[in-house]
Amino acid sequence: MTLPLPERTTLTQPYWEALERQRLVFQECSCGQRWAAARPQCPKCLRTDRWQWRDASGRATLISWVIYHVAYHPAFAERLPYNVAIVELEEGPRMMTNVIVDDFADLKAGMPLELNVQHDFGVLLARFAPAR
Amino acid sequence: MRGEVVIAGIGATAFGKLGRDTISLNVEACRNALEDAGIEKDAVDALFVKTPTSRREFMYGQKLAAAMGLQPKLGGAWDQGGAANITLISFAAMAIAAGQCEIALVCYADDPRSGARDVYARPRGEDAAYGWFSTAAGYAMIHRRYVIEHRAPPEAFGAVAVTCRANGAANPRAQLRKAITMDDYLASPWVVEPLRRDDCCLVSDGGAAVVLMSAARARSLNVRAPVPILGFGHGQTSAPLHERATLTSTMAKVSAATAFKMAGISPQQVDVAQIYDCFTITVLMTLEDYGFCAPGHAAGFVAEGRIAHDGDFPINTSGGLLSESGMPGLQLVHEGVRQIRGTANRQVKNARFSLISNQGGVMDTHATLILGG
Repeated sequence: MTLPLPERTTLTQPYWEALERQRLVFQECSCGQRWAAARPQCPKCLRTDRWQWRDASGRATLISWVIYHVAYHPAFAERLPYNVAIVELEEGPRMMTNVIVDDFADLKAGMPLELNVQHDFGVLLARFAPAR
Repeated sequence: MRGEVVIAGIGATAFGKLGRDTISLNVEACRNALEDAGIEKDAVDALFVKTPTSRREFMYGQKLAAAMGLQPKLGGAWDQGGAANITLISFAAMAIAAGQCEIALVCYADDPRSGARDVYARPRGEDAAYGWFSTAAGYAMIHRRYVIEHRAPPEAFGAVAVTCRANGAANPRAQLRKAITMDDYLASPWVVEPLRRDDCCLVSDGGAAVVLMSAARARSLNVRAPVPILGFGHGQTSAPLHERATLTSTMAKVSAATAFKMAGISPQQVDVAQIYDCFTITVLMTLEDYGFCAPGHAAGFVAEGRIAHDGDFPINTSGGLLSESGMPGLQLVHEGVRQIRGTANRQVKNARFSLISNQGGVMDTHATLILGG
């Protein structure tokens, strides 16, 4: 069972290039809508031609998280337990990620986080760590 | 159209590990529902089926019609997760009221216990590389946020599990007939923390069906125990979790408000409710979004024992998805019907208004049904 990995597409190329620079970008439309998971059209005004990539500061806060004690894919069997979290970027959009902590007890709602791009499974992942 | 259409018959298969294909389960459930209604198959002119969750099939509604030897005027398969059953009941009721058909079967069957259950473990969205897998994890994420916002103790979730398991233990048809104590719940192992095993519904093979017709038709056919449909409503949250403005309230609120308005009753008039309990968090949030208690107050509501079968707001009287069958939703409608007929195993005295909630995806889709005598 191969792990489905995110692909570089024409649309997402700037996102991957940003991660290579240890930076995170999100999309912002001239209608005011901002979002993190790349898509060709604005989910608010539905236009494809009015959005731009914006640099995120990399600062975020923790909204919610879960800790897997069961692996739903063999690629994660050796990594249990691990966390998946929803974080809110300082600029507004929320995204799914992992928070890099040694002890899950350190995870607190609203805690400040900062971007920590890591190489894993052969791709770049926009993870977060507690803000220094 | 309040009260114009009735549920004339209900039928199900056994629940558990059956090792049979979904068409055969659907056919058995439909046959039993027709027998319960006391009508012949050939009177059916509409066939609505919820697609099996565990396997994608094309033209499934037509496969089922063929297996049943039916040439319905109207029918097909509907994919909307666990809210689809009440949605299809609503569509069938509206089609009957509009004169598009006269007698409709609504049914569902699936075989994830003996067949494939990969669907519940699949990666969510594009985030598999972060380990974001499974339906359960989505509910766990909402569960955690609910605890953060409302400081709900584990015992609030435990109260739901203990109640459903007690009701299931008393139900001879239930797949899991093992009551638990609060201590058992608290000792239950983590699946995706904060979800414990006992927060999670069963994985079940099974099928269920209902027969719908107009109240007038039920009278002319001398249907034994027709149960009027007083109201229904729907609401669709339809967004991945990280794109929701809130994780602790959903379009279930709109679904319920629409149903209460159509039925002309308030939440406080409901005598017995079957609340979709795929995970315990769903029950707590449904109690709030439906207006049975104030936002953030479900923990106190369930802790007072009110939801037990002898409480003043009994829920999931046949055991729900946590104990009777993990099949998504139609068995809850059956129990809601039995409560109005007065034939439930854990019958609520003088039940006049019986409510059922359905929910699908990770709280993406919502549907509400209100039945009454």
